[in-house]
Amino acid sequence: MAIEIEKPSSVRLSKVAISKTHGEDSPYFAGWKAYDENPYDEIHNQSGVIQMGLAENQVSFDLLEKYLEEHHEVSSWGKGAPGFRENALFQDYHGLKSFRQAMANFMEQIRGGKAKFDPDRIVLTAGATAANELLTFILADPGDALLVPTPYYPGFDRDLRWRTGVKIVPIHCNSSNNFQITPEALEAAYQSAESMDLKVRGVLITNPSNPLGSTIQSSVLNDILDFAVHKNIHLVSDEIYSGSTFSPSEFVSIAEILRNRNYKDAERVHIVYSLSKDLGLPGFRVGTIYSYNDDVVTTARRMSSFTLISSQTQHLLACMLSNHEFTQNYIKTNRERLNKRYDMIIQGLKKAGIECLKGNAGLFCWMNLSPLLNEPTRQGELELWNIILNQVKLNISPGSSCHCSEPGWFRVCFANMSEQTLRVALQRIHKFMEQRKVCSVNQ
Amino acid sequence: MRLIVPLQGVVQGRGGLILGSLIPCALFYFLQLYLKRHRSPKPQSNPPSPTTSSPKLAEMTRTSSRSNLFSRSIGQVRISSRAISIAKPNESPYYIGLDKASEDPYDRLSNPDGVIQLGLSENRLCFDLIEKWMSENLGHSITGRDNGELNINGIATYQPFDGTMELKLAMAGFMSHIMGGAVTFEPSQVVLTAGATPAIETLCFCLADQGNAFLVPTPYYPGFDRDVKFRTGVELIPVHCRSTDNFALSITALDQAFNQTRKHGTKIRGILLSNPANPVGNLLSWEMLYAILDFAREKNIHVISDEIFAGSMYGNEEFVSMAEVLDSEGFDKNRVHIVYGLSKDLSLPGFRVGVIYSFNENVLAAARKLTRFSSVSAPTQRLLVSMLSDARFIEEYIKTNKRRLQNMHALFVAGLKGLNIRCADSSAGLYCWADMSKLISSYSEKGELELWDKLLNVGKINVTPGSACHCIEPGWFRCCFTTLAEEDIPVVLERIRKAVENTTDLLNSS
Repeated sequence: MAIEIEKPSSVRLSKVAISKTHGEDSPYFAGWKAYDENPYDEIHNQSGVIQMGLAENQVSFDLLEKYLEEHHEVSSWGKGAPGFRENALFQDYHGLKSFRQAMANFMEQIRGGKAKFDPDRIVLTAGATAANELLTFILADPGDALLVPTPYYPGFDRDLRWRTGVKIVPIHCNSSNNFQITPEALEAAYQSAESMDLKVRGVLITNPSNPLGSTIQSSVLNDILDFAVHKNIHLVSDEIYSGSTFSPSEFVSIAEILRNRNYKDAERVHIVYSLSKDLGLPGFRVGTIYSYNDDVVTTARRMSSFTLISSQTQHLLACMLSNHEFTQNYIKTNRERLNKRYDMIIQGLKKAGIECLKGNAGLFCWMNLSPLLNEPTRQGELELWNIILNQVKLNISPGSSCHCSEPGWFRVCFANMSEQTLRVALQRIHKFMEQRKVCSVNQ
Repeated sequence: MRLIVPLQGVVQGRGGLILGSLIPCALFYFLQLYLKRHRSPKPQSNPPSPTTSSPKLAEMTRTSSRSNLFSRSIGQVRISSRAISIAKPNESPYYIGLDKASEDPYDRLSNPDGVIQLGLSENRLCFDLIEKWMSENLGHSITGRDNGELNINGIATYQPFDGTMELKLAMAGFMSHIMGGAVTFEPSQVVLTAGATPAIETLCFCLADQGNAFLVPTPYYPGFDRDVKFRTGVELIPVHCRSTDNFALSITALDQAFNQTRKHGTKIRGILLSNPANPVGNLLSWEMLYAILDFAREKNIHVISDEIFAGSMYGNEEFVSMAEVLDSEGFDKNRVHIVYGLSKDLSLPGFRVGVIYSFNENVLAAARKLTRFSSVSAPTQRLLVSMLSDARFIEEYIKTNKRRLQNMHALFVAGLKGLNIRCADSSAGLYCWADMSKLISSYSEKGELELWDKLLNVGKINVTPGSACHCIEPGWFRCCFTTLAEEDIPVVLERIRKAVENTTDLLNSS
């Protein structure tokens, strides 16, 4: 009797589903896999891989916990849960007014009151990831391009391109001027896009920068805005790390630049923010788009139906962020602690003979290991990265995954672990550098 | 124009210096005021407020083009073609009615003349049970207690985007329970999303390319137009169902629609069903499910089965999930994907909890990665793990919900019957599908919309007209009754009566 061999399913999937644009095959994510398989633990696995590739802020949890302990009622809806019903039914894409108001206030506080935010211009999304994708859907058509300065957050390749069909054209920055964005680089990127027959729809900057860990200067922000006006394109400013600047005076938001210009040309500017970094709550999935363009606000709101924030979470955070005493203290203390961590890692790396880019913000530093490369190429960088991952057992992010044009730079996160773990990591690096010195002496 | 007269007076020497200086000053003042109001952005230290007349509030009277956003042409910076079509004023009665009702919501005590909302399928019948659960359990549910310490660590950090294993487990168990226990769902095949809305969209992104299409039986949930088409570029091809069959789907109609579409050069990638059906409320029988799977196999296409109302049963029929038929009939499971959510059965639409349940590993892999754009918030996940794992509560909830749903449905349908308005046979959902074709002036979409307008603006009740659901027969309306209390039913009936009293002998005809 003939054996029936079942035909493998031939039902077709979409191009989006089979595309590799999700980028999870890149080294950036390969390192995560190595960590997942052998995660460091202070007690149970001291020889495991230390995760230094995740930009998460764990330094100020105690402040959040203390607040929640003292304000039990925000986690519930009061005795007998009277407010619960409305909250559970609330799926209006405008979002809770109280929450938007609280977010606007929080964003103002972070900027030291130097910019004002209108709660009605805030569109809520489930995370900044969704906010960036949503803006891309709104500002560009499939096949259009956004200009993004390098090095940039590896996730942009996925978030800005995957489902939207939009392309990224890099604005090349290099170490000669501390990776600052120049008008020449902007123009070169624009020309490059044109030569590929791509319509440029906007510039997307991250300020403070990921992975550089530094804020963009006021003059540069003005240059970028001028460029956007001149080309009649949009400007998206992802300010997700704005509350993680070590010194409040060093961060200038595009909102301030606009205010100084009396909001002329504001209709092309959109700000992305989130509570994942500054407040250390990435699990809550809270992101916002702040746009000065009415069309964009309306459209973004409607599109946000696909990515609404749980009303329970909105309620909880509205209470927390409306507590002025809490937010003032949190912002100040968080900054101080991040600064302290930053100093710690910079000193530690310096002792090991490693230089970093001068940083003043973020949850990571931008480390220069180019002197250690066998060859000044991407390949050389990946070889070094592999050694650091598998021998030193540290997962750090290679500059090539951030599209850095100069090989040898690495992003190293320092806020997602305890001080003790950071010390262990620094010891390992120190040891590694010592061994290399010995090796090179013996060669 | 009136200013010219006093100016004349100034010129002719009457009124003198005072008017002569006052009027130009006044003119200047008013000019500044005018410029200030109409210039955008405003020259002040606060950022300009968005235009308050948002297109969402567009009126039914289509005289003025409410696309003021475009006529004002704020800056010439361009937005995408996708965005342009989405930014347009929402003309669907589905959305207009929802807005009207939310602007002036009926309240028995505080706003008895407000608009009664029958256009939003929300279940308010069992909130008391959930509230009770919340007040008894909530202290520990959100932040968790590890050895008496409040621990936010577990939920603050990055979680798997497709949901925690705990919630997947709890959800798989809940789905199985609520669907009658006839099928087991595997937690590893559960992908959690921020509501069923992104679940549908994500599946469309995974199963079809821009320009492809899904077949969808009509009448269908108006939201599908948004969920499927907005950003994916995928089309929906209606497969019309008729009242003569109680709006049952026929394979012949499916086949016809498939062939027609293919002739026009569009590729069909799948069928999108809702079972229980929205807006009709009927169920797909085992035989029908089998026939659909067979059809899908023949055409080698996908089937998306939106089963979000599976737990909102009031009839005597048993709900059969697509998963059940798959289990026992040996069909290729790779083409079947089920959508579920807690917005209807558990009355928690605000919490944004949806499910993609697929048997296709490749779809699961892609969907999991896509959930980064629409994840369930961690505190909500924790709360729900607690709630869904409370077997005693869930048992009581399901039983009570069914009973109250049955009661409400019976009362409402009987009430409509008393007005000579018949409803389609249905067994589930939070609504009934009412035939008001006898009450419309002309048997057309225009007539239907006139009635809808009258019901909304005169009767002050918001119901969803069949045309918004792409129903091919005019005069049908979806009326959601689960937002009402029993005392509200006579009010609703009275308002319907009042709204149509001059058009037809509502009460006496048979």
